[in-house]
Amino acid sequence: MTDLLQQLLNGLSQGSIYALIAVGYTMIYGIIQLINFAHGDVIMVGAYVALGCALMGLGFIPSLAVAMLTCAILGVIIERVAYRRVRPVSRLAALTSAIGVSLFLEYTMMYFLGADLRTYPAGFFPERTYSLLGVTINNKDLLVLGTTLVLVIILQYIIYRTRTGKAMRAVSFDGQAAQLMGVNVNSTVAITFFIGSAMAAAAGLLYGIYFNTVQPLMGLMPGLKAFIAAVLGGIGSVPGAMLGGILLGMTESLVAGFGGSMYRDAVAFIILILVLLIRPTGLLGKGAQEKV
Amino acid sequence: MGRVEAMLNLEDVNVHYGAIWALKGINLTVGEGEIVSLIGANGAGKSTTLRAISGIIKTSSGKISYQGEDISKTPAHEIVKKGIAQVPEGRRIFANLTVMENLELGAYIRKDAKGIKQDMEGVLDRFPRLRERIGQIAGTLSGGEQQMLAIGRALMTRPKLMLLDEPSMGLAPLLVKEIFSIIQEINQDGTTILLVEQNARMALQIAHRAYVLETGRIVLEGSAQELAKHEDVKKAYLGG
Repeated sequence: MTDLLQQLLNGLSQGSIYALIAVGYTMIYGIIQLINFAHGDVIMVGAYVALGCALMGLGFIPSLAVAMLTCAILGVIIERVAYRRVRPVSRLAALTSAIGVSLFLEYTMMYFLGADLRTYPAGFFPERTYSLLGVTINNKDLLVLGTTLVLVIILQYIIYRTRTGKAMRAVSFDGQAAQLMGVNVNSTVAITFFIGSAMAAAAGLLYGIYFNTVQPLMGLMPGLKAFIAAVLGGIGSVPGAMLGGILLGMTESLVAGFGGSMYRDAVAFIILILVLLIRPTGLLGKGAQEKV
Repeated sequence: MGRVEAMLNLEDVNVHYGAIWALKGINLTVGEGEIVSLIGANGAGKSTTLRAISGIIKTSSGKISYQGEDISKTPAHEIVKKGIAQVPEGRRIFANLTVMENLELGAYIRKDAKGIKQDMEGVLDRFPRLRERIGQIAGTLSGGEQQMLAIGRALMTRPKLMLLDEPSMGLAPLLVKEIFSIIQEINQDGTTILLVEQNARMALQIAHRAYVLETGRIVLEGSAQELAKHEDVKKAYLGG
């Protein structure tokens, strides 16, 4: 029983990180129907920027803020430089461009900072553990859960309660109709990249702390997993991405916890295949629902 | 009528979709306060004309001027701010948003909270069925209600000129009548109307003037009454 609780707690933390990344994937897909393969690498850049801040002696929150802002701007630049002009040409062109950006970010980092594993300095986030009902709670878990919760609430607020959020939802449903309402589609897309990439940066820092690793290819696996989470929840749906992230994290954690750690990644991909077979639109994804 | 009073003026407007020459030198004028109708068969270029005016597609040559200003190169979202709203073909409401949110998006370009509230009340008075369904997801509305929402949404931009693309499409005859009388009311309240319709009979009944389009060209123009009596129009668009 305590084992189960322990695994669920671990899964929740890991799932929260996936959720933060998946939200960015799904927002960007929702608005321009592009699988932004560079999204995982934005996580990595975020982790490095935060590492830089930490080495300069900044605390967790300022480092988080700097990383989020840097990556938000990076996201906007990526969209402007690599996607905007190829998007109207074809989806495949944009996808290829995204893979290019991904490789560019990975190997630029590797060139300048080397491929070595790095970790956050010892005093950056001192670890503590608590015990509750036989379950060990690490303050890392609390940090991940707390940060994710706050960011997700802010995100929900932006999407559902602000004018910008309304414009984002309108553009993702029908860009031309949104234009007819006076919505500037290009800037709305830019804002979406800004927000999605900021979330990715936060996920990068949390991932770096949680797994104690920062390296140039660190974004690959969580990026892929978050993509699975987004598809699982229904790509284009923000609540779906969150749900998908948490579910995937928990499943992985249970599989690993009960002796199947070798199969953890395989399980994630099997889930993806099953979802695509049984419910291609994902758990919370909607099919076309236009009425004539 | 004098070109000076024209609210909207198209001069030799050409539009190409890739290799397809969709508009071949369109000239048309809409005067302030008028209801002008474009009629013609499928593929004649009616919707393309509206889309070009709204800036959704780019013209390849020619000039579109609105209140004396050349807007042929102005981006779509800026054109709305100048006072041209379009109710697009197929309604294109935001089916994932609530009725309320759709109307609020109509007011996206505006900052005058008071005026927005007033107009919202005005729209809901005009379309009581939208008031009943204000919190509902727009995708769950019936076809007629969706058309009302699309018109209401356009009204929320507080347009001087409203472009309507096939507002009667897919609606039952009774609803078509209702929609057309609403269009007339909107016009009487001071909004100029450019109406694209396949239902030529209804369109000619409420329009002051009309143009007939055939394969990207204007082949006839005149007062709605004249056109309704014109032999060619009768034969081709009014069923004999």
